[in-house]
Amino acid sequence: MSFAKIPKSDQLISINYAPPKTAWMETPVDFRPGTWSYSGVAKNLTYLDLPNPRAWQPADVDWKLPENWQAIILEGMKERLEKYRSFRLFMDVCVRCGACADKCHFYIGSGDPKNMPVLRAELLRSVYRRYFTTTGKLFGKLAGARDLTIDVLKEWFYYFYQCTECRRCSVFCPYGIDQAEITMMGRELLNLVGCNINWVIEPAANCFRTGNHLGIQPGGVKDMLEFMADDIFDRTGVRVDVPINKKGADILFVTPSGDYFADPGTYTCMGYMMLFHEIGLNYTFSTYASEGGNFGLFTSHEMVKRLNAKIYAEAKRLGVKWILGGECGHMWRVIHQYMDTMNGPADFLEEPVSPITGTRFENAKSTKMVHIAEFTADLIQNGKLKLDPRRNDHLKITYHDSCNPARGMGLLEEPRFIIQNACNHFYEMAEDTIREKTLCCGAGAGLGNDENMETRMRGGMPRAMAVKQVKEKHGVNRLACICAIDRATLTSIMDYWVPGVKVMGVHELLANALIMKGEKERTTDLRGEPLAGC
Amino acid sequence: MPMKNIGLSIVAVVILLAISGLAAVKEWHAFLTIFPYAAFIIFLAGFIYRVVKWWTTPVPFRIPTTCGQQKSLPWIKSNPVENPANLWGVIRRMAQEIFLFRSLFRNTEVEIIDGRPVYGSAKWLWFFGLLFHWSFLIIVLRHLRFFVEPIAQWISVLSALDGFFEIGIPTLYLSDAAILAGLTFLFLRRVVLPRVRYISLFTDYFSLLLIVAVVSTGILMRHFFPTDLNEVKNIALGWLTLTPVVPQGVSVVFYMHLCFVCTLLAWFPASKLMHAGGVFMSPTRNLANSNRMKRHVNPWNGPVKVHTYEEYEDEFRDKMKAVGLPVDKE
Repeated sequence: MSFAKIPKSDQLISINYAPPKTAWMETPVDFRPGTWSYSGVAKNLTYLDLPNPRAWQPADVDWKLPENWQAIILEGMKERLEKYRSFRLFMDVCVRCGACADKCHFYIGSGDPKNMPVLRAELLRSVYRRYFTTTGKLFGKLAGARDLTIDVLKEWFYYFYQCTECRRCSVFCPYGIDQAEITMMGRELLNLVGCNINWVIEPAANCFRTGNHLGIQPGGVKDMLEFMADDIFDRTGVRVDVPINKKGADILFVTPSGDYFADPGTYTCMGYMMLFHEIGLNYTFSTYASEGGNFGLFTSHEMVKRLNAKIYAEAKRLGVKWILGGECGHMWRVIHQYMDTMNGPADFLEEPVSPITGTRFENAKSTKMVHIAEFTADLIQNGKLKLDPRRNDHLKITYHDSCNPARGMGLLEEPRFIIQNACNHFYEMAEDTIREKTLCCGAGAGLGNDENMETRMRGGMPRAMAVKQVKEKHGVNRLACICAIDRATLTSIMDYWVPGVKVMGVHELLANALIMKGEKERTTDLRGEPLAGC
Repeated sequence: MPMKNIGLSIVAVVILLAISGLAAVKEWHAFLTIFPYAAFIIFLAGFIYRVVKWWTTPVPFRIPTTCGQQKSLPWIKSNPVENPANLWGVIRRMAQEIFLFRSLFRNTEVEIIDGRPVYGSAKWLWFFGLLFHWSFLIIVLRHLRFFVEPIAQWISVLSALDGFFEIGIPTLYLSDAAILAGLTFLFLRRVVLPRVRYISLFTDYFSLLLIVAVVSTGILMRHFFPTDLNEVKNIALGWLTLTPVVPQGVSVVFYMHLCFVCTLLAWFPASKLMHAGGVFMSPTRNLANSNRMKRHVNPWNGPVKVHTYEEYEDEFRDKMKAVGLPVDKE
């Protein structure tokens, strides 16, 4: 794999917000290395029955599109305009007030005007006007309309794969226009002619086949979980169970595969396992539904449904009562806003009740899936966990609200409640950068690959700088989050912009503090780093 | 290109001005009879068509943008307006959005200061936007006095309040001053700020200038070139009773004012001004975040190709057995 050279952080921060001299319709896209992702590999497209599998790269002149690609895209647009009110409305009502413009982390970090949500949407809107509105058909450019050319398609590709679907713009838009919705449509259209990126399509293909994005086969899942159980034993002296594909469990636990694949996600996963052991939860992992994340969300609504289907199917097969979900961002967008509609109703499951506290999770009574932060917050509130926050005294924590749980769900206080009970040093970042105004990690929606590194560093800059501020003010050295992609990508962002700050899941923090029955005296945290005073 | 857009929109407005002036001089009566009907019909039909089109397009998924704490555990304080869990919450959220421009109120402006983005408060767009829209509404309501005989009391009260300070003769309406301030800000902002100028289309400038033209001719008529208001009322009532009258002695400025109003009406449904109808229908705002409590039904939800557990086990059965994982079929 070849990596483009990224400028040093002090160079990257000098951002020019002055728009180019040429009008945006006359400014062609420049596929500069480091700012785009490699194309989807043919075998992955074939595995998922997606159209036009072939060898190509975005920087190529010839994209090897089907002869009638324009007709395919326009037909696809027509279909989607009829199926989604969001799409039609968001094509129509924008007044170009520009309130969204400097809300996008990619715009803040790059100064590229086409990263302003309004202009990113106009890339698609201009084509919509040309082919689907009377004024556009009559007045063309004067009405903001333009033909669908190969350059326009390339522009779509570049900028729709430079949006992380984080929805921050939608918070500020007076009409609630959601660029995530427009990007999703744009990507669906691109997929119709076989233009997608491998970092999305390979995980999707893997997930379809093996049950998880990383393509880990059943034995691999078991190995990794058992390996973590050994690590837990090393740190705590407690041997935890690793229930997998267990029929008759009360609860199916689904988490993103990032949690059991690589550091620092693994520590979060260890946290879950320790917690479940301590409270004696009758739960099971599944190898078939071994992925909470859903890269279908970055492909098409159909793919979301295809990949998500296995969660309910597995819950039914194993005969569990309800489902518990781990820490993940876009996974929860899918679970919260799509799963029940797409693959429900889950009438074979019970309304979720915590077997430990008896709390009925009324807010999940239809979908029957509870977020682990809700579950754990309830345990703490009911005094079911013994916590020693001093075990986190070597850490100074700040908390990053992951985009989707914040803006597609509103899970803001539960993780904070856990953090506040699990540590003594917690500092919030600036008001404009947290909760519903949280800034993205810059690498969600399938953009967290290495060839796209410059764009990632630019997109992650606003978040990183907010961390830097609390680092300088309070000596923060740990960034907590509830998202597997965050754990992977914010780590690179921190190394680049704010060296010295490491990233962790909230349940890793909790597990550090969790006093377990029969544990030995702990001298290190889950990472093996010495505790304060040890 | 941006400058060209500004220029062209000014030209368009000047052309309209010339046409209406000519109409006044030549006394084209159609201008006062057929045109207003045509414009009004286009407006009404177009507006309804657009709204019905949106309304009849399905909302397959419940996708509210949540801007506050969800309703989850009873002891966690939720935000019932910014993250509504039921219809009442949605109504409150929408009311804030429509009457107070809640989302725009959040606006910030980013600047890189000392190598770090800083998010400054930027409420000007909200303030002048709100000023413009509210004064526009008051002005439209005030105009109802031309269409109602006798004038309803609330219209008189509204007009009296609007002219509360009794500056000048005839009294200056505050809404007239406010709308001019709002429009001036919105236009200058579009022309001056490089970023906003860059995204602006011809239609953006034209919409603003058209309203500027409506407002300025209205103010000119009231304060500088008075026209016979009784005659204007006769015309208006004539339209309403479907017996349009051919007036005597209305001023040139009235022709101009009417021309701009008719153009605005006809232009409205074909333009971005339709946000007036669309704002009610945005699925990121007008749906409750009750996703996991109540199933949302997608009318076109259909079967998709999935990879079943059976297919999965068929592929991995031997490997699963080898590591001691349970299988359904031996």
